[in-house]
Amino acid sequence: MKARNAQGKLQKTLTGGVPIALAGASLIALGSGALWWPAKSMLCVSDLHLGKSERYARAGGATLPPYQTQGTLLKLESDLDAYPASTVICLGDSFDHPQAPSELAKDDRLWINRLQAGRDWIWIEGNHDPGPLDIGGSHRTTLSVHPLFFQHIAAPDHNGDIMGGEVSGHYHPKARLKTAARTVSRACFLLDRQRLILPAYGTYTGGLHSNHSQLQALMGAGAVAVLTGKTPQIIPMPRSGTDR
Amino acid sequence: MTKLPAQFSDWFATRGWSIHDHQQQMLDKADAAALLLIAPTGGGKTLAGFLPSLIDLAAAPRQGLHTIYISPLKALAADIKRNLSTPVTEMGLPVRIEDRTGDTSSSRKRRQRADPPHILLTTPESLALLISYEDAPRIFAGLQRIVIDEIHALADSKRGDQLMLAVARLNALCPTARRIGLSATVDDPKAIAQFLTRSSDSCHILNADPGPKPDIAMLDIAAPPPWAGGGAAYAIQAVLEQIAQHKTTLIFHNTRAQAEIFFHKLWLANAQSLPIGIHHGSLDRVQRDRVEAAMVRGELRAIVCTGSLDLGIDWGNVDLVVQIGAPKNVKRLVQRIGRANHSYNTPSKALLVPANRFEVVECLIALRAVESHSLDGEARGRGPLDVLCQHILIIACAGPFDPDTLFEQTRQTGAYHDLTRDEFDACLDFCATGGYALRAYDRWQRLMIDPDGRYRLRDPRSAARIRMNIGTIQDTDTLKVRLQRNRGGKPLGEIEEGFAATLSKGDTFLIGGQVVRYEGLREMTVEVSRQANKTPKIATFMGTKFATSTQLSAGILRYFERNDWTDLPRHTAEWLSLQQRVSRLPQADKLLIETFAHEGREYLCAYGFAGRNAQQTLGLLLTKRMEELGQNPLGFVATDYATLVWGLTTVTDPAALFERQALEHGFEDWLSGNAVMKRTFRASATIAGLIERNLPGQRTSGRQATFSSDILYDTLLKYDPDHLLLAITRTEAMRGLIDFERLREMTQRIAGHIDHIRLPRISPLAAPLLLEAGRVPIAGAAQERLVAEAAARLMEAAGLTT
Repeated sequence: MKARNAQGKLQKTLTGGVPIALAGASLIALGSGALWWPAKSMLCVSDLHLGKSERYARAGGATLPPYQTQGTLLKLESDLDAYPASTVICLGDSFDHPQAPSELAKDDRLWINRLQAGRDWIWIEGNHDPGPLDIGGSHRTTLSVHPLFFQHIAAPDHNGDIMGGEVSGHYHPKARLKTAARTVSRACFLLDRQRLILPAYGTYTGGLHSNHSQLQALMGAGAVAVLTGKTPQIIPMPRSGTDR
Repeated sequence: MTKLPAQFSDWFATRGWSIHDHQQQMLDKADAAALLLIAPTGGGKTLAGFLPSLIDLAAAPRQGLHTIYISPLKALAADIKRNLSTPVTEMGLPVRIEDRTGDTSSSRKRRQRADPPHILLTTPESLALLISYEDAPRIFAGLQRIVIDEIHALADSKRGDQLMLAVARLNALCPTARRIGLSATVDDPKAIAQFLTRSSDSCHILNADPGPKPDIAMLDIAAPPPWAGGGAAYAIQAVLEQIAQHKTTLIFHNTRAQAEIFFHKLWLANAQSLPIGIHHGSLDRVQRDRVEAAMVRGELRAIVCTGSLDLGIDWGNVDLVVQIGAPKNVKRLVQRIGRANHSYNTPSKALLVPANRFEVVECLIALRAVESHSLDGEARGRGPLDVLCQHILIIACAGPFDPDTLFEQTRQTGAYHDLTRDEFDACLDFCATGGYALRAYDRWQRLMIDPDGRYRLRDPRSAARIRMNIGTIQDTDTLKVRLQRNRGGKPLGEIEEGFAATLSKGDTFLIGGQVVRYEGLREMTVEVSRQANKTPKIATFMGTKFATSTQLSAGILRYFERNDWTDLPRHTAEWLSLQQRVSRLPQADKLLIETFAHEGREYLCAYGFAGRNAQQTLGLLLTKRMEELGQNPLGFVATDYATLVWGLTTVTDPAALFERQALEHGFEDWLSGNAVMKRTFRASATIAGLIERNLPGQRTSGRQATFSSDILYDTLLKYDPDHLLLAITRTEAMRGLIDFERLREMTQRIAGHIDHIRLPRISPLAAPLLLEAGRVPIAGAAQERLVAEAAARLMEAAGLTT
């Protein structure tokens, strides 16, 4: 119970943001991996993957540290403290499997309720959490808020002029940057003229490098990557190198 | 005295042999509960170990397993099988001998479980797997003798700890089975004996005649060694001449990368086309087998190798051992020298080749230590708890177990004799539930408790997963290298994933002595083509880097005090004089610190002589203090004698950084956040079963795994700082990669005396450090600054604005 008592003392880390624009909407890509849309007072996060460690343990594997939900919610809480959104969009794969919401510990469920209080909360379905979920908030397959369109997986044939700028998640993109001293690899946003892909926000998530063929195919010429981290940085989307 | 039965003495006679004294003594003491034989290589050590078993089986033929033999190398098990077959066949003994290793086919393994041979030759990992089966009691019923070969090599590692826990299990199944250890010359036989023996038994130690003193010297080379570097390229010609003058030469290197480079250069200079091969742990098994077979057939004049040939098959025709680079440790040097001339009565011949001028000094000190027979040894630590966790899971695979009994068994194992019940229970709890302060997993625990208090696997599927992950050897994440498929797809070996990630199409690197061109990555395989005409980028291999022993380091510092270097080659003596002129030589009771600017960076060099690991820790502590003081450190590199830190800001008062209380105070805080701890955690978490490297149906690489060990580490540190695995990580790091003990020893030795010299340029002693591999980056303010700069440059170059 020690960790729980210590919860109040755990440090919330504040990160900065990089202003970006998509289909005429002015947005801020936060270093935490969340997307802030000031004009609509909306905060969007993707791929929380809550409940992933439980699935792992259930398959006869090792019992991973049961702090994944706490870690992710704490991060979300500090973002909401800094950007008091009136609407929160969870852009799919919020839960690692459809049963995960009902398996949440009571305290974690209360914590989510607390974060939801006083704001609209929209769960968009992902490939890991399709269909109705046992948790409060509205549940949607996609969401349109002019001029943006939110869905979990980017549509390869998406046409920005008709649908509006597309915001998606799913791929957990990350990118490498060569500095004067060494190469760093960080989770990142990917942005081109009609599409934005969010990094995974959850604690226990891996990633796909920006030079992977699938991401290459999705992102148009002139795409940029916003590296997450304490001071987020915008760079041209790295496209060459090892394909992994 | 136990007389050798006629059948055996006749056989000895037909070969023209007589029984060695130590072989006779082994027979006399055959009934001892534990017996340790210390003998040099070539002394008939293995036969001494097996003689009692063969005599026993000849006198009373029987069914079932009689003797189990464990060696650290698969190849050794196969070799022993061949060697033992000769007396067994020639005397017509009713004895069946089989080996069982990772290379044995699964059908054969199944048959061995149903119908075990009389003598089973295996490795620690295969034994651990055997005891995990439900039918282990039946397989091992009637076991009489447990022979552990090269026990000195196993006693230094977690493989040994795992082995002795498995042996304790064997003794629980067969209380009368005797333990026999076979060891090369070691500094402290008593420590090995304790490692071998049940806590309640005592051990007889037999010392064989050590044989004649080795003939060992520094290779005399006309050209001076370079100021810096580890390649010893200057010695290529001289080494070739030595190869030509001897029948077969083993050329030992300390790292795989150096072996590759040396081999490449050796062939470029090999005008006579002497047949020379290469052998190291990153080469494909097929390649290594081919080299070993050619060696056995006597077709090779030399093999360039690493620790992969420290142990192993006796090649009687090796008449010279060459050690490239400083040996770091006198004990290992002696064992390597023993690889030459495996006949008992001729001295082993060895030549040391220092790779740079500093190593000339180290080689000189090592030579004297070999002459005076003063071997160095670091005290063996307590049995590691991550290995115990794995053992508990292995035992659970075999069936329900009683924790009290397992606790008692564990305490019978030398390394765990002072294990407390609390420690054991913490390991048990970790295996059962994860051992977290927050008990959220009661539904999914790994072990459950029966009403009678016994523990069992909750899910039988776990057994398969646990068995797939048995072992304590940590390979770094590597990728296989193959020639591109349309050219035959020949496997060449492995490179580290981190290195592979830096390659772009067209880059070249060395593997197995050839230059290859990176073509691309297909699934988990690096595809390459042959490229003979390019200067290679160099493959990096982790390998194990040993720290120079305390004894050797102290010897070097003592030597520096003499001011008389006439016994050193002139070039090295001159180099030391130059250092003395432009700066100062390090001393045992002071810490020499040089600061200087070099190519736009600010450097600080601290000569602690505390060994690579402690110097690395010093680097971490120093950079942390510098970060706090806003001195913008960017990174550091450590060698056995110094730490070199670089950054963006000049350090004017290094003494403030070194204040002992501040160093020790910062330790705990610092300990949590650094890369070395994460690496240590990763290893322990894998051994303890939190991270599964192998999953049913796939072999994942660290990077493919769905979450990284770093995330688990950060999570535990934040929410569960007292967790067992973090405690294990701290203990491991303190004596392993962190080696805080030696750092403390250093701070006591210098007692606050800091000798700071500001130099106009880099000093002769510091220069080699610039070329050292293994630079540790610091992810601090300076890095954020560089990331921002690099990002801005790229955006500008791409014509993009934000």
